[in-house]
Amino acid sequence: MKAFRILTAGLAGLMIAASAHAAGGAAHPHAPEEGWPFEGVTGQFDQASLQRGYQVYQEVCSSCHSMKLLSYRNLGDPGGPFYDPDYPNPNDNPFVKALAAQNEILSPTPNEAGDYDFRPATPADRFRSPYPNDNAARAANGGAVPPDLSVITKARHGGASYVYSLLAGYPDDEVFKERVVTEATDDAPAEVQTVIDTSKLHIGHGDDHHYEGYLIQNVGQYYNPYMPGDTVPQFEGDPRHAPPGGFLAMPPQLVPGRVEYSDGTEATIEQMSYDVAQFLAWAGEPKQGNRRSLGLAVMVYLGILAILLWFSYKRIWRNVEH
Amino acid sequence: MSGHESSYTPTNAFTKWLDTRLPIVRFAQDTAINFPTPKNLNYWYTFGGILAVCLVVQIVTGIILAMHYEASVDGAFASVERIMRDVPYGWLLRYIHANGASMFFLAVYLHMFRGLYYGSYKAPREVLWILGCVIYLLMMATAFLGYMLPWGQMSYHGANVITSLFGAIPLVGESLQTWILGGPSIGNQTLQRFFSLHYLLPFMIAGAVILHVWALHVPGNNNPTGVEVQDVAKDTVPFHPYYTVKDAFAIVIFLIMFAVFVFYAPNVLGHADNYIEANPLVTPAHIVPEWYLLPFYAILRAITFDLGPIPAKLLGVIFMFAAIAVLFILPWLDTSKVKSMRYRPVAKQFFFGFVAVCLLLGWCGAANPDDPVIPALQGDPKLVVSYTADGQEATSEYKGGGEAYVDAKRFMESLPADSNPSLAAVPAPTFMFRHFSLILTFCYFGFFFLLFFLGLTEKPKELPESIHKSVLKREKASASAVPAE
Repeated sequence: MKAFRILTAGLAGLMIAASAHAAGGAAHPHAPEEGWPFEGVTGQFDQASLQRGYQVYQEVCSSCHSMKLLSYRNLGDPGGPFYDPDYPNPNDNPFVKALAAQNEILSPTPNEAGDYDFRPATPADRFRSPYPNDNAARAANGGAVPPDLSVITKARHGGASYVYSLLAGYPDDEVFKERVVTEATDDAPAEVQTVIDTSKLHIGHGDDHHYEGYLIQNVGQYYNPYMPGDTVPQFEGDPRHAPPGGFLAMPPQLVPGRVEYSDGTEATIEQMSYDVAQFLAWAGEPKQGNRRSLGLAVMVYLGILAILLWFSYKRIWRNVEH
Repeated sequence: MSGHESSYTPTNAFTKWLDTRLPIVRFAQDTAINFPTPKNLNYWYTFGGILAVCLVVQIVTGIILAMHYEASVDGAFASVERIMRDVPYGWLLRYIHANGASMFFLAVYLHMFRGLYYGSYKAPREVLWILGCVIYLLMMATAFLGYMLPWGQMSYHGANVITSLFGAIPLVGESLQTWILGGPSIGNQTLQRFFSLHYLLPFMIAGAVILHVWALHVPGNNNPTGVEVQDVAKDTVPFHPYYTVKDAFAIVIFLIMFAVFVFYAPNVLGHADNYIEANPLVTPAHIVPEWYLLPFYAILRAITFDLGPIPAKLLGVIFMFAAIAVLFILPWLDTSKVKSMRYRPVAKQFFFGFVAVCLLLGWCGAANPDDPVIPALQGDPKLVVSYTADGQEATSEYKGGGEAYVDAKRFMESLPADSNPSLAAVPAPTFMFRHFSLILTFCYFGFFFLLFFLGLTEKPKELPESIHKSVLKREKASASAVPAE
């Protein structure tokens, strides 16, 4: 009987775990070795990293990815990358003003003559979107709309770890090979195919399998072990042992030194991935620092209340057999 | 409206005057203060109070959220995020409301299993139980409607799956579905009516709760022994302060768990895909409802065969609604005169089995129906080479490890160039979630059939003479156990 109850309790846990099951087929996203500073009961963002992350977004990601739910003023909000206690209203924060002004936007409101001008953004404006609409974004990116990054860490299993793993997880150059499919003729140049020698692929982070074969990368498609998808149709090799992951339209973006950090931090791929993932985790829920600190106070309050009620209960019931 | 005699005496001129006109103070006194309550209620009986708190929390947070929410396909997703970002403490309101739904269901399931275990649905409490089932049904409708509102991918495609169930009804199905959606497909009009109904139903729940409490106060509480109150003085204590303090303690413990979710894991019970704005053209890889509807979703998907003229889809819908409908007739399905499973040794075993079946159904509902239940037991997939020979489709199979692949490859190379060979891995047949769901579905309904026959054959344990005696016996047992140490 007791075993049955323990089983039932175990099943309850299992069910809750299963309801948040991960998308199949991709390598499991991993957090950086030192973990994320914003996780845990008292976790808070690392402001310097948020600032670097914004720089990576601004200089790399923002040329294709919008962040429509954010305004420049959010950068100066308490807990934000450029919060300055001297400016409780982020619209007054000169740093935020300067950052906003670096972006030229099409004004959402008409001028006196009724026309829509291009002008430098103010802290009250939304982040500049790289494309006027989805069709333009699709046309410019080989048919795939680059997803909006406002809540990307909430919209993917694994959150910031997924972004971090994906960005830093593209295969090394040494695994790529060019292969001639049809020889050049007088009429047409040679047809060449990019293939990945998967036997040289080292996914690591718990995946030490050996994948013998070749993965064909179509034009405009890039393999990433952390991308949810299916590699079997593109895999030349035993289909039972196809590598994890899938293909996405975004080529690897981060190469060492792609941005130059003003604080002197070395811009390695891992460092840039770490910073931008942390920035996106903040952008996905800018109030989460508040949430954790209020949570602690609520827990203490409820804990004390529970203790008081327990003793009240004991006292009220002391003379009643029950 | 309470079944017991009123013990209220107005003390001053005003309350005397009021008592003969609107005896509201008397009513409150008799319902919430002096109401005689069995003294042996355990913590499983605190979920009624917890559920009342859940309902109030949902209504209060919901009304404030509705002040900021925009029910339009273009603005809904962004307005929910605006609540999270720009409304003061909007993130708190929304996370309380979203996780509150889960907490509400968690509490209602425990409340229902409590009722099932202690036989609280039996005479004279059948109407009380049925009203509870009505509340549960309304809760499911409200939760489903509310899940549509953030206008995420799961909102949209989940709503699509559920509304298409109505389309499975013969003859009127398609018209009914169009009528519910307000058009041929989900659109702005659907979102607006879902919002309107999501605002309406909680007040219907509140109305049903009033009836539920009324129906509780006529026969009074059941209790863990299932023996009715015989002597009010000996068997009961006034509701206040005895049960107000016990309920309050349980509520605070429940709120602590609630707060852990709200403050530290606010999105863990939801699905990541619901943070992607709804896109009718992109269907998520796995459409799953919220955890509290998973057992019913598993039953729906368990039926994959036609039964005579009834197509599989309709049959699944019938079974899913039957799984809820069976609860309504439970008071007449259970033939045993003994209420509490404490004194029903055989039924008790089956009760715990039933709880396990419900949880396992939930597990199946979350899983992909074609995935193996126990991956370790699934054999190696086999390799199948498909090719054309003499204009005919042909296949060749290879089993085994790496050498099977070498053989398959060699065979493919030996084929003529025009045979167009392709290689695929076919998973070995195994016990999949849809098989498991089917078995569990029959176990689910089997439990109710069993209750019918068990009541006729089972030999119950000896019942205590009264609540008072059962309490004393326990006290004595624990008292005599102490010197023995």
